Amino acid sequence: MSTLTATASPVAPARRPGPLAGVRHTLTLAWRSLVQIKHNPMELLDLSVQPVMFVLLFTYVFGTAISGSPGTYLKFALPGIIVQTALFATMTTGFGLNQDLTKGVFDRLRALPVARWAPLAGRIVADTVKQAWSLALLLGVGMILGFRLGNGAAGLLGALVLLLVFSLAASWISVLVGVLVSEPDKVQIFGFTVIFPLTFTSNVFVPTDQMPTWLQHWVEVNPVTILADALRGLLVGGPVAGPVGQSLLWAAGILLVFAPLSVRALSRRV
Amino acid sequence: MTYAIRAEGLVRRFGATTALAGVDLAVPTGTVFGLLGPNGAGKTTAVRVLATLLTADAGHATVGGYDVRREGHRVRQLIGLTGQYASVDENLTGTENLLLIGRLLGLSRADARARAGELLADFQLTDAAARAAKTYSGGMRRRLDLAASLVGRPQVLFLDEPTTGLDPRSRNELWDIVRTLVADGVTVLLTTQYLEEADQLAGEIAVVDHGRVIAQGTPEELKAKVGGQVLAVRPADPADLPTVLAVAGEVARATPEVANQTVTVGVSDPEVLPAVVRRLDDAGVRVAELALRGSSLDEVFLSLTGHRAEEDTPTLEGSPA
Repeated sequence: MSTLTATASPVAPARRPGPLAGVRHTLTLAWRSLVQIKHNPMELLDLSVQPVMFVLLFTYVFGTAISGSPGTYLKFALPGIIVQTALFATMTTGFGLNQDLTKGVFDRLRALPVARWAPLAGRIVADTVKQAWSLALLLGVGMILGFRLGNGAAGLLGALVLLLVFSLAASWISVLVGVLVSEPDKVQIFGFTVIFPLTFTSNVFVPTDQMPTWLQHWVEVNPVTILADALRGLLVGGPVAGPVGQSLLWAAGILLVFAPLSVRALSRRV
Repeated sequence: MTYAIRAEGLVRRFGATTALAGVDLAVPTGTVFGLLGPNGAGKTTAVRVLATLLTADAGHATVGGYDVRREGHRVRQLIGLTGQYASVDENLTGTENLLLIGRLLGLSRADARARAGELLADFQLTDAAARAAKTYSGGMRRRLDLAASLVGRPQVLFLDEPTTGLDPRSRNELWDIVRTLVADGVTVLLTTQYLEEADQLAGEIAVVDHGRVIAQGTPEELKAKVGGQVLAVRPADPADLPTVLAVAGEVARATPEVANQTVTVGVSDPEVLPAVVRRLDDAGVRVAELALRGSSLDEVFLSLTGHRAEEDTPTLEGSPA
């Protein structure tokens, strides 16, 4: 077994990894998160079937009741369903992180000479790719069902960027949960108990004016409503600047609060 | 003599618990050093501090001459870590796990692949290379884990309870691998709660209890520290155990113990052996096994700490020695 070790290189080890090396580590770790899907087809199902199912169910079951016809409803609901899917998808960041922490993979990575921020960054990059996949899938299915872009490629690009920026910020909430809970399943439980009510008490599925007055007050300030309005503006048409600006403010706020909290919780846990 | 690992006065607290209460270690390059102690003694905390995963509240440590706190990145280029708290990714195949580490260590794609193939062959995992690690048996997983920590050809290897939960055959295989590594010049810091494991592998052992090193030396020195020898008697008929117990206690003038239907008692005078044989013969007790041996590390631990090393973990492998 002379191949086990042989001799290590006599070169003196570097004091810290360069930024380019950090980017390389991040991409390698992102590859790792994505290649996992190959051995865990359920995850792909989760990323693909669930969003499509939501589009089909809501369009055909509630469409006529809420908007008069499935076609009209799709135009209203698809941007919101994209928001809901993106929010659920941020939970995979916390889920995967918690799995790494509880199984000891995180320690293995931290004991390697990689950039300190690479394990987390790798995860977030991989989840951004998954987000883009879900978005493409949802839009594709929507197009088949008759959804049309109102602002062309520029609107689509704007929607994609806004969605990824917001998801990136929201994934810090997921990271915090992932660090604080004791097992991966609890991240999912958190996701369902928070994101479900949050998206249903927005204007994602039902227009605000069809809700009881007391609820309307909340729906109007719910960040999910704001982001859904922004995506409607970009993808379908209507006001853009207001909701996009407010969405970005929310993203910045979430980032400013949760990123430091998460980093602190993580350094306490490991 | 050069030391691959040095630690002075390491202290680490978790809230009100003191996991390390001032640990000093000096591990000569190219040797196996055993950290021996029960669950919760502070072994894992010590390894995590030395592997740069945790910072100490006080004290100072170097690995390969580099300060674990200020030069962590350099230390991480020299070490490998395997153990209960450092693990492979179960959702990746054997090959992918090793590729991941190789790429993170800066190997080219081709080199990482070649290195992975080499290690998988060395650890008899070639057949399972394309399967997700979650389908592996405990022994295979541990071998992959060890292979993962060797991708970068570390000079210093931390093995944190590497054989806990393994069957005897897998354990022996792992021991052989460790011996091969040391023959190649690698320094190994091994933590274990198995006295037999430390005795088998380590040139030097530090006994840890409640965050302190309470004794240190070669296995032989530790045994000599307790002094004397142990007389072990197993009667052919377990019904005779009380008689054997009485005779052994009386002749040796010490309190004997019973385990696995064998009576053991510490003796300082070799003359005790024939005396016990005569007395048992007179009493009509047939003896299945009778031995006088140097005291095992188990006795060492008992006499140093006042409690047995494995009393907290009765479900694991049988009694050592």
